[in-house]
Amino acid sequence: MKRRDFVKKATLSSFATLIGTELVFGSRMLKGYTPLALQDPDPFKLFNKHKDMLVLNDKPWNVEAQAHLLDDKITPNSSMFIRNNGLVPEGIDSKTWTLEIDGESVKNQKTYTLAELKSNFEQYTYQLTIECGGNGRAEFDPPAKGNQWTIGAVHCASWTGIRLRDVLEDAGIKSNAVYIGYHAVDKHLSMDPKKEPISRGCPMSKALQDETLLAFKMNGEDIPLIHGYPLRLVAGGWPASVSGKWVNRISIRDKVHDGTKMTGTAYRVPCEPVAPGEKVKDEDMCIIESMPVKSLITYPKSGALINKEKSLKIRGHAWAGELEVAKMEYSIDFGSTWNTCPIEKPSNRLAWQHFSATVNFPKSGYYEVWARATDTNGIAQPMLLPGWNPKGYLNNACHRIAVKVK
Amino acid sequence: MNKEESFSALVQKIYQLLMVLFALFLIAGGGLIYYANNPEAFDFKSTSETMVSVPIEEDEDRIENGIHVRTGLVDAEGLMTVVNNCTNCHSSKLVTQNRMSAESWNTTIKWMQETQNLWDLGGNQEIIVNYLVTNYPPKAKGRRMILTDIDWYELQD
Repeated sequence: MKRRDFVKKATLSSFATLIGTELVFGSRMLKGYTPLALQDPDPFKLFNKHKDMLVLNDKPWNVEAQAHLLDDKITPNSSMFIRNNGLVPEGIDSKTWTLEIDGESVKNQKTYTLAELKSNFEQYTYQLTIECGGNGRAEFDPPAKGNQWTIGAVHCASWTGIRLRDVLEDAGIKSNAVYIGYHAVDKHLSMDPKKEPISRGCPMSKALQDETLLAFKMNGEDIPLIHGYPLRLVAGGWPASVSGKWVNRISIRDKVHDGTKMTGTAYRVPCEPVAPGEKVKDEDMCIIESMPVKSLITYPKSGALINKEKSLKIRGHAWAGELEVAKMEYSIDFGSTWNTCPIEKPSNRLAWQHFSATVNFPKSGYYEVWARATDTNGIAQPMLLPGWNPKGYLNNACHRIAVKVK
Repeated sequence: MNKEESFSALVQKIYQLLMVLFALFLIAGGGLIYYANNPEAFDFKSTSETMVSVPIEEDEDRIENGIHVRTGLVDAEGLMTVVNNCTNCHSSKLVTQNRMSAESWNTTIKWMQETQNLWDLGGNQEIIVNYLVTNYPPKAKGRRMILTDIDWYELQD
């Protein structure tokens, strides 16, 4: 018995050294108990993610959903994308966690414990759409470097916390305040302690919105570690990188925050449109603020085979950054004709909205159902890729699913 | 046969029967204890699987079917230079999901040196970039790609 166990363990650990992350499948292959340490590389178990989530990168962790995994009105943790810039922090103790408010434009530099934040300020819950600025990057041509997100780097969970505004006002905001910048405890990939993996922020106008939260709960429970436990800045409708995880300091700045990934080309697009592949100088790149109008067909999963007599029920979500979605349409003839379908009001500002339709097909054959949302400014999603940009941000081209009618 | 003789024959028979029962009990009990400690003892498939994969000391730079197993990188000229310089800080997945031109790779390397603590690659830079553009060349995607790899299924409702 001892020897058998030894052989099993030795085999497993040699698998681990040999195939590293591929142990995900190795552990499925081997029967029975797998030593705990060896489960670490399995992001599905480690982060409680759905087995159909796609791992783009394992150092740092970058994992995206597929459209059909996002069917819930409120996204569960299992389907929420992971975008990390650095290494996940270890040994977090919420009892000793503090948040410092500092910067050139703070009246009184202050430090709060997590317990103080929870008890001294009123708590709010909002459902907020958070989409990675680079969602859809994989489609740009010429390609843009970085994680090649397809469509699944978006979620709309329910967040509970206190208003960032209330805390900033408690510390005092000087009249020359321009921007806030967050700082967090995650480590840089190079392990250089002087480097921050990411330290972004937003203008005061966004920081002071009702829905901009310092959140400590997600979908009614403690925020999972991978999503920012114990404290996360949440700014719906803006690139997800504004919603800093593991936040322990917020600086009120008298200028645009200049932390890591605020400068250069990060989370910026050309201020004026450019031709595909064109070189753009850093000073001609502008910071992304509100995300553009977009939608996803979350049911059925692409690839449905249906009978000719049957109509097809479709549904999904649409969102529009700071704005609302005013109109929702679908097409089964590649945009030759569009059918309007009902779109629900959001549960609160900055939450995604739900649409549904019953689709009839005139004859059997191959179809694509395309969805197109239009925002309250009358701006619609393009069917082709939107303007090319060097870093491959803001692809809000229409989502489509394949259907075959027999 | 008198009474006494038949009685002792009966006792002997009972004794033999008891011994057989006891022996059976011992075998069954022993078997059960063995099974409890070795739940896979009667699972012949898994036993043979476990016994086959014994090698413990394995080359961590093992190549299988033209793939460097540890990183998933294609085995070609420059492989180990890429493994040794490009998979320390980040995963090889970040390399293979990007398909860029030599110019873009050189710009990316410069950016990593300026901001991410990447060291001077010297003569290795050309080896690395050549490996990347040869084995992971850019794909033309145009303004919108057709849907590929569709997983067809019967929709039940």
